[in-house]
Amino acid sequence: MSLDIRALGLDLGSTTAKIVGVDHQGCLVWHHLEQARPRVGEQAGELLERARLASNQTERLPLVATGYGRGLVQQTTHKITEITCHARGIFRETGHGGTLIDIGGQDSKVILINPSGEVGDFAMSDKCAAGTGRFIENTARRLDVPLDQMGRMAWEAEQETPISSTCTVFAESEVISLIAHGQPLDAILRGLHRALIKRIAAMVIATGLMLPLMLSGGVAWNQAIQCMLEEEFKTKVVLPRYPQLTGAYGAALIALGSVTSQ
Amino acid sequence: MKDPSLARYHLSVGLGRAALRIRRWQAERKALSAKGWNSQALTPPLKISPYTKELVARHYLEGRYANQGRKVAWVTSGAPVEILKALDFYVLYPENHAAVCGAARLAEDLAVQAENAGYSRDICSYARTDLGALICGRTPVGSLPRPDLLFACTNICQTVLAWYRVLADHYQTPLIVIDTPFIYQQPGEHALGYVQQQCEAAIPLAEQVAGKKLDETRLRETIKHSRTASQLWMEILESARHHPAPISVFDQFIHMAPIVEMRGDPQTVDFYAAMLREVHERIDKGIGTVKREQKRLLWDNLPLWYRLRNLAEMLGERGVALIASSYTNAWGELAEMIDPHKPLESMARVYLHPILNQGAGHKLTTLQRMVTKYQLDGVLLHSDRSCKPYSIGQMDQRERLSKDFGIPALLLDADHNDPRAFSEEQIATRLGAFMEILGV
Repeated sequence: MSLDIRALGLDLGSTTAKIVGVDHQGCLVWHHLEQARPRVGEQAGELLERARLASNQTERLPLVATGYGRGLVQQTTHKITEITCHARGIFRETGHGGTLIDIGGQDSKVILINPSGEVGDFAMSDKCAAGTGRFIENTARRLDVPLDQMGRMAWEAEQETPISSTCTVFAESEVISLIAHGQPLDAILRGLHRALIKRIAAMVIATGLMLPLMLSGGVAWNQAIQCMLEEEFKTKVVLPRYPQLTGAYGAALIALGSVTSQ
Repeated sequence: MKDPSLARYHLSVGLGRAALRIRRWQAERKALSAKGWNSQALTPPLKISPYTKELVARHYLEGRYANQGRKVAWVTSGAPVEILKALDFYVLYPENHAAVCGAARLAEDLAVQAENAGYSRDICSYARTDLGALICGRTPVGSLPRPDLLFACTNICQTVLAWYRVLADHYQTPLIVIDTPFIYQQPGEHALGYVQQQCEAAIPLAEQVAGKKLDETRLRETIKHSRTASQLWMEILESARHHPAPISVFDQFIHMAPIVEMRGDPQTVDFYAAMLREVHERIDKGIGTVKREQKRLLWDNLPLWYRLRNLAEMLGERGVALIASSYTNAWGELAEMIDPHKPLESMARVYLHPILNQGAGHKLTTLQRMVTKYQLDGVLLHSDRSCKPYSIGQMDQRERLSKDFGIPALLLDADHNDPRAFSEEQIATRLGAFMEILGV
């Protein structure tokens, strides 16, 4: 069965590649997510082919590309940064402004969204992987803990071992040393998550917190991140239905808007 | 001419000057068809460019042979250079030389040479570039003359103190330091007196090295040239009040070389008079710096010498004109303080007041004033890893600009000379998102 896809959003991130299709009302009707590959242009072509098959359309659908790989997408000239796309996606889903934290694979962003849905201001983590999804991913691999269990283990830990290093590489060696000194694994994991939260919190404070607090990006699935953010800011954190697709969804909405406004 | 080495100097420089003039004429004929120029986004480059190139090349050409016939002083960019000019020193600015290396994409290699010799990567990249050039002898300008005198003024940063001590040790050359107390609010009379006394005390040593006495009439003339050139430079910068702005900050960065390294020379006055004529011509013809000016921005801090063109294109493609800069402004804003009738007193006042020798609040006021004066839509704050005195306070300045003044402002982490501190994708995303906020 073919779907009523009217526009597409393609988010080529550093860790995953996402494509979203929306119908004429801007509802998310189709999506696909896979690991990012080094040949971005080729991957974009394959993802668009998937979309073509899903929609069963012969005409080229309006498309907006976002994410770090957006410049390599040949199939569109319409390229928008993930900051604007994330803001658009979450605003459509929640219907309100606020502070959106997007913890991606390569960087983290804090985006202030006006009540009208526009980006008011933003901050990005600087040139290092501390405070990003890669920080957690690396440690998970190093400690041989499944990524999807990291958050639960950290949150359920009764103790917390402070991690002083915010550098991903140094934190990794610090963790190994703590394990060698007999510190429990779950307490170390909790400490690692705390280090990440502290870094994100500093960015939120520097940008200026505007409630509600919202979370997108793959790391949003991590229970400890969500709970620790709530603990840190003493407020509920709003999660979209598909946190990883927020950017691609926003891109698709912008693509749809460019057609409907013509 | 009795002195054979002086005769050799004049012969070499004379021949070189003639060759450079021919090259300029050739370039002027080709100027309008600049190769690789993004003419979709940007208007043609300034016609004055070959003239600038000639002046800068001539300056370094004279430097190449200077040890044969003149006394040479190496100075910091904010030093009271008029004393040295009036004593006929050939004056070299290591900071400008480092910028030339940066624009020629040589800075990284040279900085690595300095790092391998033990200089920390946390030291200013200008200092590392120059120290690297000193160690390996490589420079895009042929060769640098050996200094007979080193002259450092602390009004731009404290790094120059250590840097010039290294140079003094290396060359076994006398070093004069002019210490300028930091201005938190207003400078007290004692601060002015203190700087003036140091300038006075520097004269006998400079005279001793120069082998001649300072002629006061010559000093006044030199100061007058500094004042006139600074006034012309300011007038050029102020042309950006026009819509569309006739010149960009990138033009300012390129054409600021004479006001820095040839301050006090009569030919610098002629050059800026010619540049101002071209700027007026552009205003009359309605030529802007970008093809369709949609938004106007300010740049705070030093440029990215290794990325000028790319950044100009990235902004120009979206109709964003970068037209005012606190950095280029610093070389013109003090013009009215220069008084040839009170040479040492006015020098003390001028060299106490650079933006980097004043508090972060003063910079914020300057930025706000420029936003109004040039009718700007936003501010780009380059957080320069190398230039700590310029970058400190930028986070607060950004917040105050956007929250109290309603002007969108963006922090860009990079470095003025070391491309290793520049992350292409990060900058592209930040700038892209900022332009999306501006609606272009």
